[in-house]
Amino acid sequence: MSAKQDQQCLIRLENIYKQYEMAGETFNALDGVSVTVNKGDFMAIVGPSGSGKSTLMNVLGCLDRPTSGTYYLDGAEVQKLRDNKLAQIRNYKIGFIFQQYHLLPKLRVIDNVELPLVYRGMSARERRERCREALEKVGLGDKLHHLPSQLSGGQQQRVAIARALAGRPPLLLADEPTGALDSKTSREVIALLKELNEDGNTIVLITHDPSIAAQAKRVVRISDGRLTEERNEAS
Amino acid sequence: MKLSQGVKMAWHSVYSQKLRTLLTILGIMIGIASVTVMVAIGNGTAEQVKSQMQGLGTNLLTANVVGRGAVTSITLEDAEKIADIDGVSAYAPVISGSVTAKYGTTTYSASVIATTPSFAEVREYSVAQGRFIKEIDGAFAQKVAVIGSEVAEELGMSNPVGEKITLDGVPYKVVGVLASKGSSTTGSNDNIVIVPIQTARVVLKTDAIRTLYVQAESEKRVDFVQTMLEFHLQTFFRGDEDSYTVFNQADLLKTITEVSTSMSTMLTYVAAISLLVGGIGIMNMMLVSVTERTREIGIRKSLGAKQRDILFQFLVEAAIIGGLGGVIGVLVGAGGSSFVGKWMNSPVAPSVDIMVIAVAFSMGVGVLFGFLPARRASKLDPVEALRH
Repeated sequence: MSAKQDQQCLIRLENIYKQYEMAGETFNALDGVSVTVNKGDFMAIVGPSGSGKSTLMNVLGCLDRPTSGTYYLDGAEVQKLRDNKLAQIRNYKIGFIFQQYHLLPKLRVIDNVELPLVYRGMSARERRERCREALEKVGLGDKLHHLPSQLSGGQQQRVAIARALAGRPPLLLADEPTGALDSKTSREVIALLKELNEDGNTIVLITHDPSIAAQAKRVVRISDGRLTEERNEAS
Repeated sequence: MKLSQGVKMAWHSVYSQKLRTLLTILGIMIGIASVTVMVAIGNGTAEQVKSQMQGLGTNLLTANVVGRGAVTSITLEDAEKIADIDGVSAYAPVISGSVTAKYGTTTYSASVIATTPSFAEVREYSVAQGRFIKEIDGAFAQKVAVIGSEVAEELGMSNPVGEKITLDGVPYKVVGVLASKGSSTTGSNDNIVIVPIQTARVVLKTDAIRTLYVQAESEKRVDFVQTMLEFHLQTFFRGDEDSYTVFNQADLLKTITEVSTSMSTMLTYVAAISLLVGGIGIMNMMLVSVTERTREIGIRKSLGAKQRDILFQFLVEAAIIGGLGGVIGVLVGAGGSSFVGKWMNSPVAPSVDIMVIAVAFSMGVGVLFGFLPARRASKLDPVEALRH
């Protein structure tokens, strides 16, 4: 791989295995996954449940370590890092968007969006500024002081997207972001993700829904822990 | 993560669980409150007793005579011999009894102390009006009396000096009124009538001296004087040590101090036990809280919270819960103390030191017992936690 390509490359998985012991038998949730994601990509990973896509998402999100293989994220080899270092990587490099939004119900919208920045130790003023900006970006600039329970599902997911954006991470990792939404809201959220991608954000989207995946620039399919390239507009 | 942010976050969690927090801190609160009240009462009582004791004079020795066979008391001459010790600054033999005092048509039951003029010095009495009894009153067996302020009041005497009263029917002339000294463990100090010892036979129908107050020159001489006094008494009663007792004021003070010290120690144990019980309550609540908030912990971890951020958050929560228990307990205790002082007429002296220590300890207990749950929270696997 040339140096230029290396610079463009955000994620590089090389021969990633993730094994689980199940009833005495070893089960490969990820069976030699290798993939590269460039900066500015919008890649969808599609696969049915049990295909290993959640495991892949956990590895990509630095929530879990692979059994073997190497994982480069933004130039750093992360698969061997200790828990605290991984927490820092998650904090700086990854913005999560979960299916269930995963907002803290007792915190106001602005406080939820602030959380990743709080763990960075950023000053209150800077946090406020960034959060307001992120919330305006997702069209919720007027809901700063609402509780998540006062918002609709689509709005909650947009708060979660704002939270992912607030830290300005190089990677947005969306795990079934439309799984809990109706089709109209789903389209809105996907449109927002596309817009964010056009602004230059790298997005990895994990879904079981081919019609959602079809919106991405690039689609890879996962089944039985193996990846196959399905479509890549860039190439 | 910054400290202030962590405290804010922890406070938010504690505050959003008002009822549960309140119930959890109840144990610590009750413990701290009761200890605060008990210490206030204990201190108050000890201080009161101490000040009364000091009122009697610390260099004072009291010899009580019980007697032996036919000799059950000493005479004025014996007293003079017995108290003839180097280092004695004053001594006062006392014959006491109670009489009915009468002024006009008003009667009042008072205790009569028949003694010598040095009694005023030995027992630290002073006169508010008129004069104390004098040597010459005794020499001529003058029926003069110095009355306590309470006696004067009870008999309704507005200007007692020069007035006539009767003690069990014997007429006496009031020559002075004592300055008020308040009550002591042995009863009111103002409820007495002091008359010359030479008139005891008339008013009390006895001249048997049963009490001898001896005052040493200085605190250093007390032990020597006590030894000599005991020696003289032993000689007088021909070796029968059961015939008399000698009482040292300093010893008594020491005993009281010891009693109050052992009481404080006991209270410390009570406090320790209540804090232990309260701490277990905190641990229990925190463990439940960690289980309930597994998902929250997962979310926080996925957003970049390190183990120590989570540990810190839960420890601060535990400290806040403990500290709240301490603060509320101290406040309730302070209220309780003043209630006891006001309505139960018991002397109280709330100790600020104890309050500060109590709050600090409660917080410490929170941290100590919060550690296990907090550690458990911090060690949660983010993938597992998010699945909740």
